[in-house]
Amino acid sequence: MIEEISTTEQGDLVVNLGPQHPSTHGVLHLVITLNGETIKKVEPHLGYIHRSIEKMCESLSYRQFIYVTSRMDYLSSHINNHGCALCVEKGLQIEIPPRARVIRVLMDELTRLASHQLWWGAMAMDVGALTPFFHAFREREAINEIMEETCGARLTMNYMVPGGVMIDLHPNFQRRTKEFITLFRSKIDEYDELVTDNVIFKSRMEGVGYLSREDAISYGCSGPTARASGVSCDIRKLAPYEVYGQLAFEEVIGTGGDCYARYLVRMQEMRQSLAIIEQLIDNIPEGEFQAKTKAVLKLPKGEFYSRVETARGEFGVYIVSEGGMTPYRIKFRSPGFSNLSALDHMARGHKIGDLVAIMGTLDLVIPDIDR
Amino acid sequence: MAFLKDYISEVYQGVRSLLKGMKLTGYYFTHRKEIITQQYPDNRAEMKLAERFRGEVVMKHDEHNEHACTGCTACELACPNATIKIITKFDTTPEGKKKKALDTFIYHLELCTMCNLCIEACPTDAIKMAQSFEHSVTDRSKLTKKLNNPGSKIREGVE
Amino acid sequence: MFSIENITHSIDAWLNHALNPTMVVLVESLIVGISAITLFAVLGLVLVLMERKVSAYMQIRLGPNRVGPGGSMQTVADTLKLAMKEGLTPDGADGFLFNLAPYIVISVAMLILAPIAFAKGFQIWDINIGVLYVSAVSSLSVIGILMAGWASNNKYSLLGAMRSGAQIVSYELSAGLSILSMIVLTGSLRISDIVASQENGWWIFKGHIPAVISFIIFIIAVTAETNRAPFDLAEAESELTAGFHTEYSGMKFALFFLAEYVNIFIVCAIGATLFLGGWMPLHIGHWTGFNHVMDYIPSSLWFLGKTFVLIFLMMWFRWTFPRLRIDQLLNLEWKYLLPISMFNLLLMTLIAIKGWHF
Repeated sequence: MIEEISTTEQGDLVVNLGPQHPSTHGVLHLVITLNGETIKKVEPHLGYIHRSIEKMCESLSYRQFIYVTSRMDYLSSHINNHGCALCVEKGLQIEIPPRARVIRVLMDELTRLASHQLWWGAMAMDVGALTPFFHAFREREAINEIMEETCGARLTMNYMVPGGVMIDLHPNFQRRTKEFITLFRSKIDEYDELVTDNVIFKSRMEGVGYLSREDAISYGCSGPTARASGVSCDIRKLAPYEVYGQLAFEEVIGTGGDCYARYLVRMQEMRQSLAIIEQLIDNIPEGEFQAKTKAVLKLPKGEFYSRVETARGEFGVYIVSEGGMTPYRIKFRSPGFSNLSALDHMARGHKIGDLVAIMGTLDLVIPDIDR
Repeated sequence: MAFLKDYISEVYQGVRSLLKGMKLTGYYFTHRKEIITQQYPDNRAEMKLAERFRGEVVMKHDEHNEHACTGCTACELACPNATIKIITKFDTTPEGKKKKALDTFIYHLELCTMCNLCIEACPTDAIKMAQSFEHSVTDRSKLTKKLNNPGSKIREGVE
Repeated sequence: MFSIENITHSIDAWLNHALNPTMVVLVESLIVGISAITLFAVLGLVLVLMERKVSAYMQIRLGPNRVGPGGSMQTVADTLKLAMKEGLTPDGADGFLFNLAPYIVISVAMLILAPIAFAKGFQIWDINIGVLYVSAVSSLSVIGILMAGWASNNKYSLLGAMRSGAQIVSYELSAGLSILSMIVLTGSLRISDIVASQENGWWIFKGHIPAVISFIIFIIAVTAETNRAPFDLAEAESELTAGFHTEYSGMKFALFFLAEYVNIFIVCAIGATLFLGGWMPLHIGHWTGFNHVMDYIPSSLWFLGKTFVLIFLMMWFRWTFPRLRIDQLLNLEWKYLLPISMFNLLLMTLIAIKGWHF
């Protein structure tokens, strides 16, 4: 607080953006120091949706704590659950059957697609075009219906368990996913027509919010935010887990470092996800969907860390176990937290409209940051 | 002269991209068949939810009003946030031995996160997820439910 | 043939028969005033509903469809709700200016209704500087907006009002120049003359290329003047919550809301008058047979049809394009629209002098 007062000069305006605001995706409180319309400093105040998830997990067993991570980054709920299951399996040192591996990757990629679709709609809405939001949700509905049929829920699917997945795929899954792929291939071109090539949109995005490669690395950014600045950080390529090592897909790296580059990286990632799903959907191996595990899971004493690539970046699960039924300490490394820390650096010297565009391309989900 | 050519081509490209976008929204404006809105309260009769949809936990009862719950409390132990509370009593079997049986299965719908862990944990497949989702009530005590029907007892042969 | 002229003439004759001349003038002024306010109210209702339905169909959803048949009574219900809402004045707001601002904006909108020709012989005031009057009075609405932003005692509102002021004043220039280029063709500022000169064809067809360029610039400029997307950063919902009318609620907000939609109607009416012939049916040169057939459709229907086509065009813009930033908006005006419209004016003058139009 004291530092804030001494850096404001005469004529500066201190404006609060949020916590209740249409374009901060969640409850994010930004204290912006403005000089006229130019931003001098952005200070995020977090904690409005802190639910002490990490503390709560200390009293839950290793099967029970996975559902809570769905509520953190609710747009990549499968991927978060996957990360937790991987960490527990690392501790228990159990092997997952191949069918379960493929199912997990399929669900991950569908979730990534759904998350990027929502990101696209919400970002277009922030910039001012209100129509793409509805178009995006129409396609997302198709994915939600696939999830509902197999997993039973549409947003917070508690589907991954240590050892595999909870229940086998529904018989309709393959057919519906194939229909979705053909549908979405044509729609993604529509997305490009409506928003990507639009001259107004480009002028809002190009040259705004530049993040250099060195800054991206030093702030700890990950995911499409860092990849658009030229940092190669896709965990699916660097430290492949499940079947990612055997799939043919590209890591999408951009060079612009500005908002438009981040936008293009995510659009390309959607296409890559479609390619991955296409490769896998016809080759799901038969077999078990869950490895046999003991009724009560006890991790040996030690520390275990595993990481997965969510739609936002690197999600890490760090478990410290004392050998009991419940963990001693669980820490989640959330991608949004590190991405948000780069916001101040990116937004200086721009206008408020640009701040909204930058936050849109960072793809923040505040419950992920606040846990 | 090059400046003028750039200027004109910039204007032309800009206008072309705008018209492309307008064509798409114009298409959706004229094709009303693309509307996928479901008129919710009116279409309850035709609405069919997926069979695995997690609405709320119910106990399966057959036509003789018998269920399969032995009162083993596996679901209560599996539940992450104390949504289920099982009250057991002691029944006398025909041989005269005392056996643990289910008295009441209390289910707090207001706390349930529909995570499916209780269904996974049940060894006798006694509970399942129903597809109802209209849970709002005006009186909070209605959300605390007893899952076993009154006067029901366990089916023969379930262990 | 049905014609509003007959109705007005018969009412006029009946009044003259029944009362002395001074009373006739008074009664007629009263009738005109009340019908103008009624038109205002009805227009507001119809346009808001049209906006909601048009936006819904473009966004692959149904619009309001429960209140009344097909949702037609939705705006009536909304107006009732707004009328019953509490009109809150924020603490520290300048009370007098805060309450005055919506009334200025509404009065300006009503004043501009005067010279517009709705149908043949159906014009409130056929002043000889009709177009100049409209252009001048429409710039008065900036005062209302700046008042609203300042008096709200809210940083967001102030930001919104400042942006809006800069935007409206800049785009007045382009709108004015494109109007001017059409006046060059017609040779008169009087609205009835402008409409009459389009008897053998609408100016947008007769004036070929420069008229089409003028039309495009005019549409862009009036979209910016009425604070509509893609130039709506004065009320940018996702940035400043609601810009200069954030603090208004209840009837005062209803007045701002209504004034915005009536402004849209008015500028589209001016556009229809200058470029598309006002109430003049589609005539092609001297094809008397075709013209005679076109005359069967009443002139009021022609006028309303043209205006609503232009309104639909503006709504189409709003729901397709993202928003421009303030510096990009001013950039567009000063570096693109203004040079092009000045060049266009020269071109049009050349064509008018040489007689190279139809």
